Amino acid sequence: MQDSIKVSTDPSVRYLLRLGDTCLVHAQRLGEWCGHAPIIEEDIALTNIALDLIGQARGILTRAGQLGGQQFDEDQLAFLREERDYLNPTLVELPRGDFAVTTVRNLMVAALLELLWTRLQASSDTEVAAVAGKAVKEARYHHRHAADWLVRLGDGTAESRRRIEAALDRLWPYSRELFQPDAIDDAALASDLGPRWAELRDPWLAAMRDALDAAGLGMPAETAFLSSGRMGIHSEHMGHMLAEMQYLQRSYPGGAW
Amino acid sequence: MNPTAKPEATDNREEWPLWEVFVRSKAGLDHKHSGSLHAPDAKLALEMARDVYTRRQEGTSIWVVRSDQIVASDPGDKDMYFDPMEDKVYRHPTFYKLPDEVNHM
Repeated sequence: MQDSIKVSTDPSVRYLLRLGDTCLVHAQRLGEWCGHAPIIEEDIALTNIALDLIGQARGILTRAGQLGGQQFDEDQLAFLREERDYLNPTLVELPRGDFAVTTVRNLMVAALLELLWTRLQASSDTEVAAVAGKAVKEARYHHRHAADWLVRLGDGTAESRRRIEAALDRLWPYSRELFQPDAIDDAALASDLGPRWAELRDPWLAAMRDALDAAGLGMPAETAFLSSGRMGIHSEHMGHMLAEMQYLQRSYPGGAW
Repeated sequence: MNPTAKPEATDNREEWPLWEVFVRSKAGLDHKHSGSLHAPDAKLALEMARDVYTRRQEGTSIWVVRSDQIVASDPGDKDMYFDPMEDKVYRHPTFYKLPDEVNHM
């Protein structure tokens, strides 16, 4: 059994882990659709999106592993951390749900990542900026694809609309966490590493409103619930997901094929 | 069909319509038929074509056409349609004498 690594608490590292883990964990959940999507074309589309996200995660985790006086590679960071050292927002670790849940989450995450990558192109860290330059095009497509599905499900049959509304009710409360300001965000802004996520709230809400309007859906009301994945405090689903994701590297250290 | 238009209804049939996909590999070349797929409307047909047929940098432009909009010749007419051309080699421009300076005609 491979031991866990302990990552730096340097704010730059933590800022990048939040971003990289969002991509990684979202991709892991999307990968669960492989062979299970409602149609073969969408099966390929969802795994394409997952692979784009894995590529983004690799770039960001590689960089995170070089900062804060540590030397970890992308695989060590992806597979050998304890649950509390993953800093993705809770939203992306929730079970994949039905296709409506996946569509709504894809939209919420893609809209966020598109805004983040757009701003990160001007990062003071040239490696982060380079990843962002490639990733922003991918996120733009993910955003459009999810928004187009939202229209078809929201404006489709009574059943598809029921499901998409249920998915919005289920996931929307997890959006509040995304934009909670804290010291890690402030440090990133101060060093020009990247924007505070909190600043992206208004443009993100505008993007969501556009997509929901086009689908004939209303904006869900804000709730008092506040999730805490970005602080490392995860839902009960995270451990199960990590157990599956980490199993191979934990049992067969360095295993490759 | 305008891909930015609001998706047209697919009259709620069980099966989505079939679309033929044509991909242009680079500017100046023709769009070539790549295959087909099922999609509920034109815009998603384009996106699915992108995801299914251009994953390995095959394309710079995509056309999708509903398969039921294509008028095809009847395979049963093959003899009547195409066999008469068999003995008309003079239609190939291979009998002209080209000056040496003209290359790659």
